[in-house]
Amino acid sequence: MSSELKGTAVLVRLALRRDRLLIPLWIGLSASMVWFSASATVDLYPNEAARIEAANMINSTASLVALYGPIYDPTSLGALSMTKMTAVYASLVSILMVTLVVRHTRAEEEAGRLELIGSGVVGRAAPMTAALLVVGGASAVLGVLAAAGLLAAGLPVVGSLIFGAGWAATGLCFSAVAAVAAQVTTGSRAANGLGFTVIAAAYMARAIGDLAEGGPGWLSWLSPIGWNQQIRAFAGDRWSVLVLPLAATAVLIPVAFILRRRRDLGSGLLPDRPGPAAGALSSPVGLAWRLQRPLLVAWTVGSAVMAFLMGSIANNVVGLLDSPAMQDIIKQLGGEQGLTDAFLAAVLGLVSTIIAAYGISAVGRLHTEEAGGHAESVLATATPRIWWAAGHWLIALAGVAWLMLVAGVATGAGHAIAIGDPHQVLHITIAALARIPASWVMVSLVVAVWGQWPHAIGVVWGAYAAFIVVGEFGQLWGVPPWVMDFSPFTHSPVLPGPDAQLWGMLWLTVVAGAFLAGGSAAFRHRDLAG
Amino acid sequence: MDAPSSKAPAVIDVVGLVKSFGRTKALNGLNLSVAQGEVHGFLGPNGAGKTTTLRLLLGLLRADAGEMQVLGGDPWNDAVDLHRRLAYVPGDVALWPTLSGGEVIDLLGRLRGGLDPQRRDSLLERFELDTTKKGRTYSKGNRQKVALVAALASDVELLLLDEPTLGLDPLMEAQFRDYINEVRGDGRTVLLSSHTLSEVEALCDRVTIIREGVVVESGTMAQLRHLALTAVSADLTNVPEGLADLPGVHGVVVQGQRISASVEATGMPALMAALSAGGVTALTSAPPTLEELFLRHYREPQP
Repeated sequence: MSSELKGTAVLVRLALRRDRLLIPLWIGLSASMVWFSASATVDLYPNEAARIEAANMINSTASLVALYGPIYDPTSLGALSMTKMTAVYASLVSILMVTLVVRHTRAEEEAGRLELIGSGVVGRAAPMTAALLVVGGASAVLGVLAAAGLLAAGLPVVGSLIFGAGWAATGLCFSAVAAVAAQVTTGSRAANGLGFTVIAAAYMARAIGDLAEGGPGWLSWLSPIGWNQQIRAFAGDRWSVLVLPLAATAVLIPVAFILRRRRDLGSGLLPDRPGPAAGALSSPVGLAWRLQRPLLVAWTVGSAVMAFLMGSIANNVVGLLDSPAMQDIIKQLGGEQGLTDAFLAAVLGLVSTIIAAYGISAVGRLHTEEAGGHAESVLATATPRIWWAAGHWLIALAGVAWLMLVAGVATGAGHAIAIGDPHQVLHITIAALARIPASWVMVSLVVAVWGQWPHAIGVVWGAYAAFIVVGEFGQLWGVPPWVMDFSPFTHSPVLPGPDAQLWGMLWLTVVAGAFLAGGSAAFRHRDLAG
Repeated sequence: MDAPSSKAPAVIDVVGLVKSFGRTKALNGLNLSVAQGEVHGFLGPNGAGKTTTLRLLLGLLRADAGEMQVLGGDPWNDAVDLHRRLAYVPGDVALWPTLSGGEVIDLLGRLRGGLDPQRRDSLLERFELDTTKKGRTYSKGNRQKVALVAALASDVELLLLDEPTLGLDPLMEAQFRDYINEVRGDGRTVLLSSHTLSEVEALCDRVTIIREGVVVESGTMAQLRHLALTAVSADLTNVPEGLADLPGVHGVVVQGQRISASVEATGMPALMAALSAGGVTALTSAPPTLEELFLRHYREPQP
């Protein structure tokens, strides 16, 4: 072993020890989703005629193609059952891999732990090699498990294997992207943000490319998510396309190592700019805003772009009114009446769930500030605990509301431009605002948990994932309604639409208020966690 | 309410403080009294409970049992009002990675109810701190300086400092000592936790030594020195008999014409008389250092 790599084995063990819960949980969950999806679809479409009808409906609906990508073989059961898994869930898998790589490279470096490790008998290239081995291994295991899940559901062998290989290659490719991102910025948050931006761009590029007939179809071929679709598992099984993500990985990893060798420990390619010599911050809310602003700005841009694109393709669904299968699918997406409205309502529902993730991560700052010792500095001044905490949850609540407003206006604007009716902007914005309380419940749930158990807020992410899964697949799997009722998103008014139940908003707001009050009261009576 | 025993009113008055974290007992009946205008040293080895005590005094932790008064108020219930009148420098200063040093100093000052801009600038000059750098780029010593400037620049009655010079270079340490002496001149009170004995010896009027969550020694420097042994060695023309039998004289070693011994303060007159009788040609006497006191308490098993 060259001296550059000395210590890699020990570091691999360290990473596996640190993530002994996180990695198996995520991989297990993702692989189970594949299995659930496959077996549910097998039950739902027993004959080929039903499958072809459903696949054709998806293929002729621009909005669904944009969301999930086209189904390349309408007769294929496997292709239909993996509709959501190919682009959307491959993106989620990529998010996991980016997070893991940054967690074991830049985050360690930022925290100063890499300095400690680097002072031992550890080669310069070892930390990143270890991180990539662990994450690459996780991608490979996930691929194998996904393939096993598909086989278990009774799908064809070759398609199952190539689907698993596709997920593994996509995960690997984004691990390499993350390794490069970790060299560029000095902060791990920024490195994660850069990695996520690349994933989002890859997803959007293929959405536009898939939609275009005679347009920029080549965009899909620039996107690792697009490559995962072009592998066409169960619909042609093109092994050769796997070369693309693997080649990208093979190029990006050496780039990351070269960048690493050229910079100093702790520095990034983007230089640190000096800050003001005197500060203008004077309140806990001001501090929270200063700390949270970059996150909210990034989310504002992302939400606006995504919502505008969704809004602008909404009217494409109108042409398909007379197909009962289409209506079924749209209804399953959460709609009630009027297919455009149903689609818009579904989009807003999706957007509000995604924006809730912003809220959870923003209010999660309470925990990172406390654990990092920053809360101690602030609370040793004449700042009441309640105001320090309120600074962060107010920003999270207001941020969620702001993002829903932005998303509503952007969706409305996209739709209004598409159909030439400016009234849509207000109409859809109001519908978006009605979704705010559900996301508030998620934010305040974090406060409630954190107030009592400061180190347990990860539980809320688990609940959030469960609510998404239940919301997405609950009807398909026949989950009893009382289970679905646990999810705050179930109670959001389905707008735009004729018979939205507005009392849900009221209850959600009351629950959010109760969580906030309970969490704040608990925090006032406990020790500050170190 | 108990009246403080010393003539100056007690700024910090703690009796029987108990704090456990799960099964570990961090403080086990701690008593601490700090009078107004004094610089009080708070000594103890790692893990003795110094930081826990300071966090309890700040109301960041809640005591399991015991009485606590800080500036006449209750640290838990009156935390906010008290924090306007005191400033704290944590032992391990954690700065926000994206905030500049200047932003942090001004923020903490304002949150405390305002800081004196002139004093801020003079402190920055004294400590030679560049306030435009971001938190993540500061060294440990410079992070410490940021927190020190933020604390010292505010006009407060009480300073709680948790190992404040750890990470400062000797020049900066000297600046810090000068400043604490000025603070004492203003009649302000300082509680300084440390395990740097020379610092406590140079700065403090009174010292409290804790170990495993209880006070093992407390008093003025003179009182504590009194308790410790002075090392005496002398060259004599003729060595008198029975030196070892003198009260308060321990560990007598005779090597030819040279004797050495450890002497309690009470045994000093008798020993001096005996030595003069023996015809002293050379005499050295080393006053007890805090270090000896400290080591004595931590080497010996607890009674």
